[in-house]
Amino acid sequence: MTDHEAQGAASMQVSDQEMIRINDMHKWYGQFHVLKNINLNVKAGERIVVCGPSGSGKSTLIRCMNRLEEHQRGEIWVDGVELTSDLKNIEQIRREVGMVFQHFNLFPHLTVLENCTLAPIWVRKMPKAEAEDVARAYLERVKIPEQADKFPGQLSGGQQQRVAIARSLCMNPKIMLFDEPTSALDPEMIKEVLDVMIELAHDGMTMLCVTHEMGFAKTVANRVIFMDGGEIIEENEPQEFFNNPQSERTQEFLSQILAH
Amino acid sequence: MPNTSNAPTQSYVPGEHPDLKPPIGQTGILLWLRKNLFSSTFNVVLTLVTLYFLYLVIPPLVNWLFLDAVFQAGSRDECRALGEGACWGFIDKRLGQFTYGFYPIEERWRVNLTFLLLVIAVLPVLWEKMPKRRLMLGFSLVFPFVSAWLLLGGFGLESVNTDQFGGFMLTMIIGVTGIVFSLPMGILLALGRQSQLHFIRWLCTGFIEFIRGVPLITLLFVASTMLNYFLPPGTTFDLLLRVLIMVTIFSAAYIAEVVRGGLQAVPKGQHEAADAMGLKYWASMRLIVLPQALKISIPGIVNTFIGLFKDSTLVVIIGLLDPLGIGRASLSDSKWQGLATEVYVFIAIFFFICCFSMSRYSIYLENKLHTGHRI
Repeated sequence: MTDHEAQGAASMQVSDQEMIRINDMHKWYGQFHVLKNINLNVKAGERIVVCGPSGSGKSTLIRCMNRLEEHQRGEIWVDGVELTSDLKNIEQIRREVGMVFQHFNLFPHLTVLENCTLAPIWVRKMPKAEAEDVARAYLERVKIPEQADKFPGQLSGGQQQRVAIARSLCMNPKIMLFDEPTSALDPEMIKEVLDVMIELAHDGMTMLCVTHEMGFAKTVANRVIFMDGGEIIEENEPQEFFNNPQSERTQEFLSQILAH
Repeated sequence: MPNTSNAPTQSYVPGEHPDLKPPIGQTGILLWLRKNLFSSTFNVVLTLVTLYFLYLVIPPLVNWLFLDAVFQAGSRDECRALGEGACWGFIDKRLGQFTYGFYPIEERWRVNLTFLLLVIAVLPVLWEKMPKRRLMLGFSLVFPFVSAWLLLGGFGLESVNTDQFGGFMLTMIIGVTGIVFSLPMGILLALGRQSQLHFIRWLCTGFIEFIRGVPLITLLFVASTMLNYFLPPGTTFDLLLRVLIMVTIFSAAYIAEVVRGGLQAVPKGQHEAADAMGLKYWASMRLIVLPQALKISIPGIVNTFIGLFKDSTLVVIIGLLDPLGIGRASLSDSKWQGLATEVYVFIAIFFFICCFSMSRYSIYLENKLHTGHRI
């Protein structure tokens, strides 16, 4: 892995191009104020890990970035387009933003290959043969080309999550959102998914990742965001974040998750 | 010394135990008999009682239906003189009427042709691996128009009024039309009931609740009598068409509720995954949500179809001559009085074959669409 890291580090360049900008964003669920005054800038090629205790609003935050959740105040700009209730903008942004879910959310009635070609064919209007070539290439990349004709229900959790990543990549997205991608997996399958994500980071993908995998944060993230109670409490480079946490809540959180 | 006293000799490396055959008595007919029929004293008694019951019922039934039955006769008295069993001679004489109602005899070939075309039209819909399926599906789409032309006439064919329709032909017309139109209508109603748009949701919910809250007979009466009051005077509106519309919307309301159950069983994550890819509403419904929801709803949908098919006999109340109507009319023939059993058994067999086929097809479909574990 170290070899890979060494050659990857060069490619893990952050450009100046702004991919996501969030200004003074607030969100409520009924009376409950879930996200409070969120400000965040993400540049192309950045790998950001979002962590925090459960219920801190971290999943809600990244789900706001492709409008799976609606925000009520403030602005979210993704790749130069503002997220409003305008369906055109939402569809445009969703085409460029891939998302990987905790429970994979593969389509059980379609084969692995059909899962991967569906969006390119129906959203990008790609010819079927071309979409299949693209899908096979990405399945190769996540190391499961031989499963292309199986149904998701016949695969292990780790394989399913890799299919889900390949499915998102088939749309050739500019940004990838990961919502706790390894939380539903058995320990021996976490690594195979993380390896795919690490490789993706080395290829220069802009990534936002909600995860408790602190090892992943240390190896690939260039920024770690800590959330609690719907607010961003702390934001720092991983080195600083883990060795020298500023706030008391961050210290407490880190001592709890790193203790075991 | 290893491998001595209590351990049997081990001829394989640990971790590489070969797969062995199961012991005798774990498979086969004997096991099935023992497990399913004679597993306990109570089951032995039940099995014996059932066998005795079958012994009592089946031989007389076979005698009545086949062995002692009379298949050719000119009147009831002739029948009785020839045999003790069922008088199928009566059905034989009336078969034309049971099948075609009062459709003109010299035009009956049109009904037969329509039925043949129906089979050809249905085949590609039900049979996925049919050769040239696309082309055949195109025919399925034009079939309703072709069949309407064949049955009603006009454009070169002698026209036949719908009040001459009757018998099994009428049942098939009502059943097939109801099934074909109520499924898409029910799906749209189910989607409408879940719509984000208040107006559409209220409209669909109101429609479904109203139709489900009213007996079908009431709707048929409305169709046959009251509709004339609502429509502008002078409009003629075919009675059969009115019945078809009522039967269709009635079963659509039930289908809508069955499909709604299926829609709710599709996990939220499926919608989210479809949304996150940028699929639009109709694409995500058609490609992701409905295939899964309909698969779950198959038993309920087929249940509704079977109900609809059998309920088509209710049209006898408003004077349409479905098989029951024909049966009742023919029983009043003085030459053939007292043969109600034969008539109703015959009609029952027809309905059973149709409904049982639908039921078996739904089971086949469920198995075919099973793609491993649900997510």
